[in-house]
Amino acid sequence: MGLRNTEATGVVGWFDQRFPLLKVWNEHLAQYYAPKNFNFWYFFGSLAMMVLVIQILTGIFLTMNYKPDAELAFASVEYIMRDVEWGWLIRYMHSTGASLFFVVIYMHMFRGLMYGSYRKPRELIWVFGMVLYLALMAEAFMGYLLPWGQMSYWGAQVIISLFGAIPVVGEDLSLWIRGDFVIADATLNRFFAFHVIAVPLILVILVFLHIVALHAVGSNNPEGIEIKDGPKGNRWSDTAPADGIPFHPYYSVKDIVGVVVFLMIFSAIMFFAPEMGGWFLEKDNFIPADPLKTPEHIVPLWYFTAFYAILRAVPDKFMGVMAMFGAIIMLFLLPWLDRSPVKSIRYKGIISKMALAIFVVTFVALSWLGTQPATPTATMFARIFSVLYFAFFLLMPFYSKMDRTKPVPDRLPEH
Amino acid sequence: MNMIIQKLLQKSFGALPKALLVSASLLTMPLTAQASGGADLDHVEIDLSDTESLKNGAKVFMDYCLSCHSAKYMRFKRMADDLGMTDEEVLENLVYSDAKIHDTMEIAMPEADAALWFGAAPPDLSVVSRSRGADWLYTYLRSFYVDKSRPMGVNNLVFKDVGMPHVLWKLQGMQHIEESKTNMAYGKEKIEHKLVADGTGSMSTEEYDKTVSDLVNFLVYVGEPIRSYRESLGLYVLGFLLILLVLTIKLKKEYWKDVH
Repeated sequence: MGLRNTEATGVVGWFDQRFPLLKVWNEHLAQYYAPKNFNFWYFFGSLAMMVLVIQILTGIFLTMNYKPDAELAFASVEYIMRDVEWGWLIRYMHSTGASLFFVVIYMHMFRGLMYGSYRKPRELIWVFGMVLYLALMAEAFMGYLLPWGQMSYWGAQVIISLFGAIPVVGEDLSLWIRGDFVIADATLNRFFAFHVIAVPLILVILVFLHIVALHAVGSNNPEGIEIKDGPKGNRWSDTAPADGIPFHPYYSVKDIVGVVVFLMIFSAIMFFAPEMGGWFLEKDNFIPADPLKTPEHIVPLWYFTAFYAILRAVPDKFMGVMAMFGAIIMLFLLPWLDRSPVKSIRYKGIISKMALAIFVVTFVALSWLGTQPATPTATMFARIFSVLYFAFFLLMPFYSKMDRTKPVPDRLPEH
Repeated sequence: MNMIIQKLLQKSFGALPKALLVSASLLTMPLTAQASGGADLDHVEIDLSDTESLKNGAKVFMDYCLSCHSAKYMRFKRMADDLGMTDEEVLENLVYSDAKIHDTMEIAMPEADAALWFGAAPPDLSVVSRSRGADWLYTYLRSFYVDKSRPMGVNNLVFKDVGMPHVLWKLQGMQHIEESKTNMAYGKEKIEHKLVADGTGSMSTEEYDKTVSDLVNFLVYVGEPIRSYRESLGLYVLGFLLILLVLTIKLKKEYWKDVH
């Protein structure tokens, strides 16, 4: 693009003398050398960023007509759907985006699991990412209260009452979170404030930190080979890793293909099945919140149900809450649980491969069980899978160390 | 589908035992499974392009529903435009209150009184098709039967002890419930309920079913008036993205020619 290390002139030059314009451009795009062997799983980072932008933009337009008031909220959403020009499109973009955000994030996290992207020196990237995931869960949870439908109301009621299980301070804590003895107008108002300002701000800052940390140490790749440790010198620079290519234009043009494919899936859902059969917009949420009428079957949205299943699997409520949070803490600890001499699953042995496969089955099974009524059979399966979930993490220091790994080459295999 | 997943797994993990791959790709199946809503529901075909059906449904809705049930998010004007009716036609034939054309479909009955009279205030029907589903509404409106023990003299097979009277009885007549028992294996009995019309209605069963399906069609339209347009716009958007996809793939290939 001509904007290399040369002295820039004109408008760009004017800015560059007053702001590190070219430096930022080069360090993060034009001269950020990424491994040349990124595969399918590497689309999801840029996609997650795009979905965040979609959510923020559509969110801004939604707030222009949404009313965070228990008396008006439900009606204002229908007003957006019917009377606001293109309001239906903006609202469906936001609701579809919310679910697809989690699809993208789960794929992104799975990529990290497969290729050991959390291993040294990328522990901090992983931890930032996990905090992002937590913030995203808070964002989604609070956003789901805003339409003020039955599921909004009762889902929030169930989740907030969980804090009541904490000994001594529990009841006061949940009262403090709700601002009332039940979910009410006060809760809606504060959730609105968190959903539109506080948490998005945290998300944006964390994305910034996540990317700065990534660009400081460099990207991992499906082989788990550090290209920075390999030979130097490529077509663009004598000091750059030989197996690296500039992110821009190579990965920017590649990511655009991913973006278009993603937008096709996004549009197919948004235009033809915005409710996604009740998975993205639950049926009961088309009934206005009624504090006196509990729905038969309260289910959180699909992206929380794995943790919900773990919660319900434990007979004691407080221990259930601890197990649910513990399940997320496990993910935080991952960089220090994996003792394998290699990063990528491609060079790991059969035990690690089996463990990861079982973990995927476990997570999907728990997610499904969390949507089902807690029958004795379902609870039994939820218990088995909860044990497997924790076993994947807690036994990792042992099985990752004793597993037979393959030798890792110094450079990316030619392809 | 499974082939794609297997290939994806193979590319991502490297070599894996075949059995593992197959079982891993089976995993994607539970996600598509859906919980059904209890009782067996009769299916109704929804056709939002059938304006005649929608108009008939609108007429039935105004005649029989919109005195106890509101549709307070739906405007008469929107319906007039979408169903190809003039404002005058709507005001003359379909508006029985003093509502103006831009008003929403409200009712005069105060909620507190309604709760007293029926046990619960009749719910607003703006988005009832989205919370209940078309099949449920279709089955519900055809499943009233005589039950002397209930305040309104009727009960309903899909909504037990419902507070609503059988508003469409003049059209359908009254139905009586018949119980039949079938002996199953292991000494169990299968109890089935059948509703039999008494033939006092002004419509035949086919006519009544058609009328109810028109009404449900209309309720689905009211639930999301933009739906037909949304789906037609979606085709253009996907078409545009398909062209964009071809171009971006070509762009990517052009840039990546020199990466080995």
